[in-house]
Amino acid sequence: MATIDLRGVTCPTNFVKAKLELEEIETGTTVEFLLDDGEPVKNVPRSLKAEGHKLLGLKETDGYYVLTIEKGED
Amino acid sequence: MAEPKIDLKNLKAGGFIKERGKDLFTIRLRVPGGRMSVDRLAKITAVAQKYGKGFVHLSVRQSIELININFAHFDAVVAELGEEQQKVASCGARVRVPTACGGCEYNPNGLVDTQKSALEVDEKLFGTVTGHHKFKVGFAGCPFDCPKSATNDVGFQGAIWPTLDADECISCGLCAKSCTEGALTLGEDGKPVFDAAKCIYCGDCVKVCPTSAWKAEKRGYTVRVGGKWGRRPLVGTVYATFLPEDRVADFIAAVLDWYKDKAEGAGRVRVGDIILREGCQSLLDHLKQDFADFVVEKTIPPQIINTQLPL
Repeated sequence: MATIDLRGVTCPTNFVKAKLELEEIETGTTVEFLLDDGEPVKNVPRSLKAEGHKLLGLKETDGYYVLTIEKGED
Repeated sequence: MAEPKIDLKNLKAGGFIKERGKDLFTIRLRVPGGRMSVDRLAKITAVAQKYGKGFVHLSVRQSIELININFAHFDAVVAELGEEQQKVASCGARVRVPTACGGCEYNPNGLVDTQKSALEVDEKLFGTVTGHHKFKVGFAGCPFDCPKSATNDVGFQGAIWPTLDADECISCGLCAKSCTEGALTLGEDGKPVFDAAKCIYCGDCVKVCPTSAWKAEKRGYTVRVGGKWGRRPLVGTVYATFLPEDRVADFIAAVLDWYKDKAEGAGRVRVGDIILREGCQSLLDHLKQDFADFVVEKTIPPQIINTQLPL
């Protein structure tokens, strides 16, 4: 599974980067994003959900978050 | 008496405001909720270029004001604006054009369709003569409240009451982290525990929930009455919660009925000052007649802001 590190990237750049990464990935594939605590973890999952991706899980690890999603239809 | 040079019917609802300088007026346009089609904007630009002096003013209540219009051109300005259905606003002791944020259509924070509410209220109540003083209405789509709803005579703030479907919850903890009011904490089983007494209906839990386990059980407006700004500011207080969007115009009309009645003989006084005089229970009782399901049990008087003047 691909892991995309978005730590240290602020809103909305992190979401736009996530979108660009997802464009390179097949529908139905599972991807992991690493997100900072605070605004990034509040905003990015919600925005990806609104774009039609399926959120499989979100876990806190050592002060950052691991978001697992399945890519939705293009 | 001389034949009037202009159609005086145009002046009836106001919106033509005398400026400094001979013959010059500001014409305030009617822009409910601040939304303006690009075609209409182009027409306004053309009219402003033709009859104004090269600029317009964006009013603090989301209107466009044409500046430096000679009164002899009133009829032409009204007719040309009418080609794009642009109307003139009001001034004086009337129900003013409602303000609103972008609402929920494209703004992810919006909980209700404030644009629709503003249009509906504008259509049904705009220009209603209060008999006493101006009467302002404003719509905020969520408790961020960018439009400062509580500083209106009647202010609406979008609200939702959340409910959890525990089966869909993945125990990520985002809702508890997002709840700035401290109404949500994670229980020992990893599921959120809701302290209803702390909830201000902002819906952040519903917005942030990655699996839509949090849903809106109720949706509507928190309604505050009695606000105003100006020399002696008052902040309006809560009279109803979760008022459905389709009851908004009727609710305002009910407040107006009470205001017209209670302010009889009081002169140029806003509804907030009438509430201070009559007591808030009188208005609560009046509103309960038709809005019993939404009107709160008790409230507090409009909150007086200390302007510190005179020193």
